[in-house]
Amino acid sequence: MNVNYKKGKFMKQMVSKVMMGAAALSLMLTPAAWAENIKVGAILAVTGPASFLGGPEARTLEMLVADINAKGGMNGKQVDLIIKDSAGNPEKAVSFAKQLIEEEKVLTIIGPSSSGETMQIKKIAEDGKTPLLSCAAAEVIVDPVASYVFKTPQKDSDAVKMIYKEMNKLGLVNVAVLADNTGFGKAGMEQLEKIAPEFGIKIVEKESYDTKDSDLTAPVAKIKANKDVQAIVNWSVAPAQSIVVKNIRQAGWNVPIFQSHGFGNIKFVEAAGAAAEGVIFPAGRLLIASDLPADNPQKGLLIQYKKNYEEKYKEGVSTFGGHAYDAFVILESAVKVGGNDRDKVRAAIEGLQNLPGTAGVFSFSAKDHNGLTIDAFQMMTVKDGKFVAYTGK
Amino acid sequence: MTTELFVQYLFAGITYGSIYAIVAIGFNIIYNTTGIINFAQGEFVMLGGMISISLLPFMPLPLAVALAVLITMVVGALIEIIFIRWLESPSVLRMIIITIGISILTREAALHVWGENIRALPYFVGNEITTIGVLGARISPQVLWVIGACGVMVVALHLFFKTTPVGREMRACAANRTAAILCGINPRNMVTLSFVLSAGMGALAGCVMSPITYTQYDIGTGLAIKGFTVAILGGLGNSGGAVAAGLLLGIIEAFSISVVPLAFKDAISIAILLIILFVRPHGIFGSAATARLKAF
Repeated sequence: MNVNYKKGKFMKQMVSKVMMGAAALSLMLTPAAWAENIKVGAILAVTGPASFLGGPEARTLEMLVADINAKGGMNGKQVDLIIKDSAGNPEKAVSFAKQLIEEEKVLTIIGPSSSGETMQIKKIAEDGKTPLLSCAAAEVIVDPVASYVFKTPQKDSDAVKMIYKEMNKLGLVNVAVLADNTGFGKAGMEQLEKIAPEFGIKIVEKESYDTKDSDLTAPVAKIKANKDVQAIVNWSVAPAQSIVVKNIRQAGWNVPIFQSHGFGNIKFVEAAGAAAEGVIFPAGRLLIASDLPADNPQKGLLIQYKKNYEEKYKEGVSTFGGHAYDAFVILESAVKVGGNDRDKVRAAIEGLQNLPGTAGVFSFSAKDHNGLTIDAFQMMTVKDGKFVAYTGK
Repeated sequence: MTTELFVQYLFAGITYGSIYAIVAIGFNIIYNTTGIINFAQGEFVMLGGMISISLLPFMPLPLAVALAVLITMVVGALIEIIFIRWLESPSVLRMIIITIGISILTREAALHVWGENIRALPYFVGNEITTIGVLGARISPQVLWVIGACGVMVVALHLFFKTTPVGREMRACAANRTAAILCGINPRNMVTLSFVLSAGMGALAGCVMSPITYTQYDIGTGLAIKGFTVAILGGLGNSGGAVAAGLLLGIIEAFSISVVPLAFKDAISIAILLIILFVRPHGIFGSAATARLKAF
């Protein structure tokens, strides 16, 4: 009896060992079975100070990949999405880029979320001959052009021009510029200073703040003390941009505030609350999708994306998630032409024409790796806590 | 500089300063009973803000704040009981590493619970654009809430240590642990109580500052660095010194903006920390003789 019992226990152990071995083997075998899949890497700031960008981007990609795989995949091949969270840290972005290119051998990399990170890995993508579809806005990413590096957000120089044009209409000349200290903020500051003379704008005050700053009353007081200031341009992708707006209104200062296209997440509006009312900024048409005329080529896709995203994640859609959406749509169209081959996909992206995305209608060329024009922007404002088209005074 | 601008800077400075002071006092309470710096102090501030924001849909604001403070106090007690209490005379270094570990653990847990989004409590009075005029400057009423809450906490804490039996027992443990044991005081309970107290103070500060500064899972680290600077500046363990040093640092930071670019704000506070550590390691308000007797 006793022996039998022991034997039974031994058998059980044997069985469980064999099962474990089998499980381990099957784990080892799985990658081979996936070899035919299309591997897409993504480096996104899912956490950290730039998580306002990376969060919606990562969720958008997950949604799109699940959709396309359910429908039979890209060109009949399933898509494997590998998202790496850089936390907005350029050093992490660099090591993830190397890992994705050399070890994972991905077809393309989507991201990074921020301009600073993208600039760090521009050369790595170029040397590794892997197409990089950046979701970051700064113009330096595609100017000068690197043959493997593309970006989906609109140009920041176009955003500056949109703002200055509006200022000319309103008769505003002397402006104060505030920018955060990210790559996006710095690049924006440069563009604002460079383009100002073209429009006869004078920058009389400038300050840059940290993305982690939690109260900016003091710099606002300093700018307010300069009586020449007629308008503010606040250029940031961080939550701190909402604090600036709040602090300006709390100082009892009713100055016109212009923001960058980095304001295109309704959460920034929620964070600034009543202070966000009347803020003017250029952005892609995603935010006002339902108000667009029916013949707009983007309208159908904008409404579809907004609906899917908001149903799935129970949060408002943002232009940042849209940049990842565009990257994925561009990749999808390029894979149709080039298949699962890095060089062919790269060439195919350069050949894409009139492809509607969330940021605008993309037409790439060998010289233009952004594919968007100033028409991709529309001036918007905040009314009753919602984004609406800005129609002037 | 006009009076208006002066008052505006001053209020900005006092607002930052009182938050720094509260974090520094949190450091001090725990330092006095254990002799260590609890680097998870900033996380208590974050927890207070986050928990009250999560509770708000279910109850009125004062109740949500009160409950958030209570829950954070329980968390503080649990942290002490789980990670610190059972250690037999641990070295200072070991304790510090443990608190840094707790800080990282809390932060990552908060990231999983609340995600990466910034959140904020609504303004206690009015909204984002309500302002009141003080000597020609305009400030948000929430600023007065922050200053008021911090002031009340400092006074209440002072009275607690001076007048209540438990407060006296805690001071006894800080003064001489062995003698306190001989008098029948259980120092381990006092350590737990010190964690509860500093967790509660941090949490309340986290609630009142949330409408102004927002709350995100990772705000704790920055606050801990500033609070640590202030605690050192005021002399470790000296709560009165912490208040003075906190206000001093806040006001220096605010006024520095009129001279150097904003980007140097943090550089200034870190520079002050380094200078103090080199020149007067016992702090501006601490005494060199007492500092020599301490292990850390």
